[in-house]
Amino acid sequence: MSSQTPSQTVGPFFSHALTPSGDGHAPIAGRQLADERTPGTLIRIEGRVLDGAGHPVTDALVEIWQARHDGAYPEGSDAFRGFGRASTDAGGRFWFQTVKPGALPENGAPHVNAAVFARGMLNHAFTRIYFSDEQAENSRDPILTSVDPTRRKSLVASLRDLVGPPVYEFEICLQGAHETVFFDV
Amino acid sequence: MTSKRILGPRDWSSHPRQAHPDYKSTLLRSQRKPLVPLPQSLSELTGPVFGHFAVTSEDADLTRNAVRDGEAIGERIIVAGRLVDEAGRAIPNALIEVWQANAAGRYVHSQDQHEAPLDPNFLGAGRALTDSAGRYRFTTIRPGAYPWRNHPNAWRPAHIHFSVFGTAFIQRLVTQMYFPGDPLLALDPIFNATADAAARQRLVAGYSTELTEPEWALGFEFDIVLRGPRATPLES
Repeated sequence: MSSQTPSQTVGPFFSHALTPSGDGHAPIAGRQLADERTPGTLIRIEGRVLDGAGHPVTDALVEIWQARHDGAYPEGSDAFRGFGRASTDAGGRFWFQTVKPGALPENGAPHVNAAVFARGMLNHAFTRIYFSDEQAENSRDPILTSVDPTRRKSLVASLRDLVGPPVYEFEICLQGAHETVFFDV
Repeated sequence: MTSKRILGPRDWSSHPRQAHPDYKSTLLRSQRKPLVPLPQSLSELTGPVFGHFAVTSEDADLTRNAVRDGEAIGERIIVAGRLVDEAGRAIPNALIEVWQANAAGRYVHSQDQHEAPLDPNFLGAGRALTDSAGRYRFTTIRPGAYPWRNHPNAWRPAHIHFSVFGTAFIQRLVTQMYFPGDPLLALDPIFNATADAAARQRLVAGYSTELTEPEWALGFEFDIVLRGPRATPLES
């Protein structure tokens, strides 16, 4: 038996390796998981990462892992890889372009799994992004319904009513009265 | 039904506490509400697969993967090890990404204001896939220590950042590898955020004569252990 290697913070200077843009080092994953050719409904998830004082966290890394439009998790051979990575900008903002994940009965309401990393976070934090226009599914979801109702909405991205592809807004509060629900998993 | 095996918990005696006042940035960024228990499902037990599309052999040699018109400057080193789970089983085909400062202690990053030179032939980013025995190997330049503003005269010990994927999304690990014998370790709030001394030692690479290549580069060994399948519960 071996013991787990401890986590350490991602620090402030990861972008040249993990979210590079421009020349040289090509990213292994980015903000754009899908395009018009990907089966399913193309959506955008837009959000901000905020600290305990409500200030934007400008050096966070958000990773997502999600099912395909049919609810199955991607295999290595799928064109849709299901994994995305975004760093936050000067406003603490991030976005992903992806397809809306489908639901499988054993896996609950449609959701995107997320991990949040930042300077000042010694461990990454796991959360889930559910969708506000899935009320029926959400009300039956065992995870969502297990969460204190006053905090549940921190897990639900709200559909912004705009023309064009659907945009869901999701705020990640690392600390404070509106601290996002993070999971012990 | 999932055919995936449930994983054991994150070992909180090994991992640092989220709020560690000596590390100032944790003050407004650490979680204060209890984590909410989440039974593991396919969402947690599956994860992205990175094949050779993601990695070329050059990616693991940081002394060569960004050269423009010369050689990367500094002490050439080899960093290698095994990626295993808690039961000691190899994790093959796993993506390991590394990043670091250059020999002068400077990152290629717009926000790094340390007055130390950039090296035009060194980016400080690399990646590799583990082989069938879970082994990985990087060639790089030994990073320099660098100052930060956490407290007066604060210096980070030399370190290489590691980002590791297992097969499950919840096996994800981001950590830092340190060098043996570094006097800055005892003073570093990030390293010391891990309360358990034995756990901290797992972040320190060992000098390895075996990995050292004569007339070429010192070798350091750094094994990485991810959470593994839960042990079978004993009948009471």
